[in-house]
Order: sequence, then C-alpha cells, then structure tokens
Amino acid sequence: MSEAMLQVRDLHAYYGKSHVLRGVNMEIMPGEVVALLGRNGVGRSTTAKAIMGEVAPKGDILFKGQPIAGLESHKIALMGLGYVPESRDIFPAMTVRQNLVLGVKDMRRPGKYSIDQMLDMFPNLRERADNQAGVLSGGEKQMLTMCRTLMGDPELIIIDEPTEGLAPKIVQQIGDMIAEIAATGVAILLVEQKLSIALRIAHRVYVMGHGEIVYGGTPAEFAERDDVRAEWLEV
Amino acid sequence: METIVFGLLNGVSYGLLLFMLSSGLTLIFSMMGVLNFAHAAFYMLGAYFAFTITGSTSFWIALFIAPVLVGLIGAVVERFGLRRVHPNGHVAELLFTFGLAYLIEEIVKIVYGKTAVDYRVPDLLNFAAFELYGASFPAYRIFVIFIAVAMLVGLWFLLKRTRAGLIIQAALTHPHMVGHLGHNVPFIFMMVFGIGCALAGLAGVMAGNIFVTDPAMAVQMGPIVFVVVVVGGIGSLEGAFLASLLIGLLQNFAVGINLKFAEIFGFLGMTDLSEVGRISVSSLAPVLPFLLLVLILIFRPQGLMGEKEL
Repeated sequence: MSEAMLQVRDLHAYYGKSHVLRGVNMEIMPGEVVALLGRNGVGRSTTAKAIMGEVAPKGDILFKGQPIAGLESHKIALMGLGYVPESRDIFPAMTVRQNLVLGVKDMRRPGKYSIDQMLDMFPNLRERADNQAGVLSGGEKQMLTMCRTLMGDPELIIIDEPTEGLAPKIVQQIGDMIAEIAATGVAILLVEQKLSIALRIAHRVYVMGHGEIVYGGTPAEFAERDDVRAEWLEV
Repeated sequence: METIVFGLLNGVSYGLLLFMLSSGLTLIFSMMGVLNFAHAAFYMLGAYFAFTITGSTSFWIALFIAPVLVGLIGAVVERFGLRRVHPNGHVAELLFTFGLAYLIEEIVKIVYGKTAVDYRVPDLLNFAAFELYGASFPAYRIFVIFIAVAMLVGLWFLLKRTRAGLIIQAALTHPHMVGHLGHNVPFIFMMVFGIGCALAGLAGVMAGNIFVTDPAMAVQMGPIVFVVVVVGGIGSLEGAFLASLLIGLLQNFAVGINLKFAEIFGFLGMTDLSEVGRISVSSLAPVLPFLLLVLILIFRPQGLMGEKEL
C-alpha cells in the first residue's frame, strides 16, 4: 500500500480556552476523495483550518511525509496542498480571468492547465471571464474559487462546505465539478454537511463528533450504519 | 490672471507632492489597518539623505539613491519591528509608529543638528521656466510635476497592469487567501511598506529643497498628509489622488488671495480695524485642510472615494 498523502495524528486546536479539536486522526491516500461529515460546530472546518495553518494546530500533520503543522500558509500551498475555504474569498474587484491568474504559483513554470483550458472545462466561467468576480452568483463564485486553486496544480485540495447556501440545482453542478476534479487524479478532502453529495463522490467518509473522528469507512459501509447516522448526523 | 495660472501650477505641483506621500500612506494603511504615524518621518529622511548624497555626489544620484535607502529602512522596520508588533493588535502598531516618528526625528537632530540644512535646488534646474505678467515660475517645480506624474504612471502600471500588482492588491484585502494560493504574504507586506516609505522618501527629495529641510518638516507635513488620506477616503488611492490635488489647489489659491475680511464683508459694516476684519484670506490657507477634514467627517465620513466610514 502506498504512503498516505496526508496524515493527521492526534490533532488538537483551541479557540481561546475552548478545546475544539480533541485528537483528530485521519489519512488521505493519493487520488482519494474523502468526505468529512458531521453536525455544525463539531470541528470539521476547524480541522481544515488547523491543517492549513489558519488555526494554531497541536499534533502531527504530515503532507507527503513532511511535517507541515504550523508552517506559513504559502509554504504549505507550495508543497502542493490547496485550500478552498468556506468563505470562498474571491477577489471581487478583479475579473474572473485575473482571479485565475493569481491561482498560478509561478508564471515561469506553467501548471497542468492554462487559463483558457480551465475556462474551456467550465464554460459558465468563460462567459463571465472578463466580468468583475464580485458580480458572480454564489455558485459561480464557488466554481471560480475551485478553479483558482486548481491553477496552482495542487495534489490535494481541502474544500470546505462548497455547497453552503446554494440552490439544489447548483449543488448538483458543484458536485459534478468536484467529481471532474477528482477524475484528474487530484486527492480531495471534502468538508460537507450534505450526505447526498458526499456519498456520491467520496471513496471514504469520516464522521466527526465533539472534536474527534467517531467513524471511518467506505460509503457502502456507511450506508449500513443507521446507528452512526442517528447519533452523529441527524438533527 | 497670473494669480489663477500660478495658483493652478503651484497647486498641482504641491498636490502631486502630497500624493507621493499619501499614496504610500494609503497602501500601508490598507495593509496594516491603521495609519502609520511615522510616514512623514520617512519623508524627512528622504530630504536629509538627498542633502548628504548631493553634497558628496550630485542631486541626480540622490534622486535615485535616497528613496531606495528610505525604502530599505522601511522594509527593515516592517520586517523586524512591525511584524513582531502586529500580533498584539492595532493599538500596539499605532503606538509603535508613533514612537518611531519621534525616534527618527531625534536621530535626525543628533546627526544633522536642530537647524535647517542647506539643501538646494540643483543648478541645472535653478532658473525660471517661463514668465507671465512679470512673475516667473521656477523650472524645478515643473520638474516636480514631471517626476510626480512619472511616479503616478509607474504606480498605476505596477498595481493595475502587472501580476505582482494584482497579488499586492489581493494581499491587501484577502491576505489569508493569497497565502493559501502560494504567495508569500509577509514578503509582499514588507515590499509594500518599503515601497510606501520609498515614495515618501522621494517626496522628501523633491520637496526638501523647495521648502525647508529641518527636523520640524515631518511634524509640519504629517497632519496634512493624514488630512489628505481621510478626505480622499481611507484606503482609496484614487481618493488620495483627488484629495491631494484638491488640498494643493485650495491652499495655493488661498495663499494668492490677499483680500481681507473687511473688504469681503464690508457691506456688513466690517472694517479692517476690527480683529476679524484684519484677517486676510491668505492667512487662512494653513487652516483650510483641517476645515475640510472636519466638514468631510461631518457630511461624508467615508471620504470622497472611500467605502468604509471611519
């Protein structure tokens, strides 16, 4: 079995005095799509933020065998770990094309995709290529954020709540897009609340509760576990 | 007529000098979230460095070297000072720049003395560009306008037409996201602070020989630059440009008007023997920027082009 691309061991994180992550353990293999499920407030987004260095992490985080806990965010990104935050954070005053240009880490070493290829893959964005990103719809902004991260050629992308606040039809489109990205061989950690999208795309699911992983298995195994769903996911 | 032409030219050249200072301050404000109280001190350093370099080489070398030196000092201040203070919040940053302004002023006094130094306009530009109605306009002022416009175009090109400029703009508004895309945000911030200080230094090189190069020049210029930035709208470069020209023109036109209140309000029975009647419009020129500041804060708190209210 090949080495895990991302290994998280006994990860703790705090917001002030509140102990939010209480020993998270997980791993993601190269090319694997892993969904991180759980109710609001159990620490899913904090896990993503702690891995990316936005929240101070305590514990071991290894990316391609290298420790990254506490590294500056650009160093983590340059190692090949991409992040699409929940807040989407497009650059609203810039055009769609300019947003994509900023996703390229080094113009001297062009990545897998050119901007034109990226726009060909996602025609919705091509129509808006020269519009200011601030006027895009929520779904288009989400697409743009994912494409922008892809421009940097990541080997693993952490996508935090991509369908939050989107209409059901758009949720479907975003799901298709994530599946398309996964098909190119990029590993994905999908932090999601909607079971339908997570189970459709993921090779494996983790369920979080009270700041730790309480279940891990394949979508098929998970489908059999009504008890896990009832205890940790249903509202 | 000559009052209008000279007022306009002087106003534009002074306004553009103000923009050299306010553009850097605006960029640094966008980055730190607080005003840099030491900004005018870097302007003063530019003038003193230019004086020293001009003394040993020439003004033309000083024109390039002095801003670079000031920019380097700015970068060092950001890297080893501000960056460490930043995690302690805005008040700590504000106090740091406040202390730094005094520190620079005192160092300048120790090195150069408390009186003005003899920093002069270069001989090559020390002539009248043209004469109008018997009054002459100095060529050096035309040169100031030329350098300021070149700086304006350069800054615009850097920010709007290069990838580095896009990264800077994005880092000012979304530093975390820009970091996650693989760009070195701490380095970008160091560069922004350095460039901002270099622009202030350039303003010092250009203005130190028009006005006076003494240890009080920072304290004299500092408040006006703050007024420009607030009137323009904090964080807005376009606003800073507009406000710089507005204040430059306003002050220069006011200086050129020798009318006394008694002459303007004579119809109300005011005579030039009364205290108020004796006041001339030109003597009000230094007050006008601050009057504008107060009015802007009352009627348009976000400034001319700003988005955020203070």
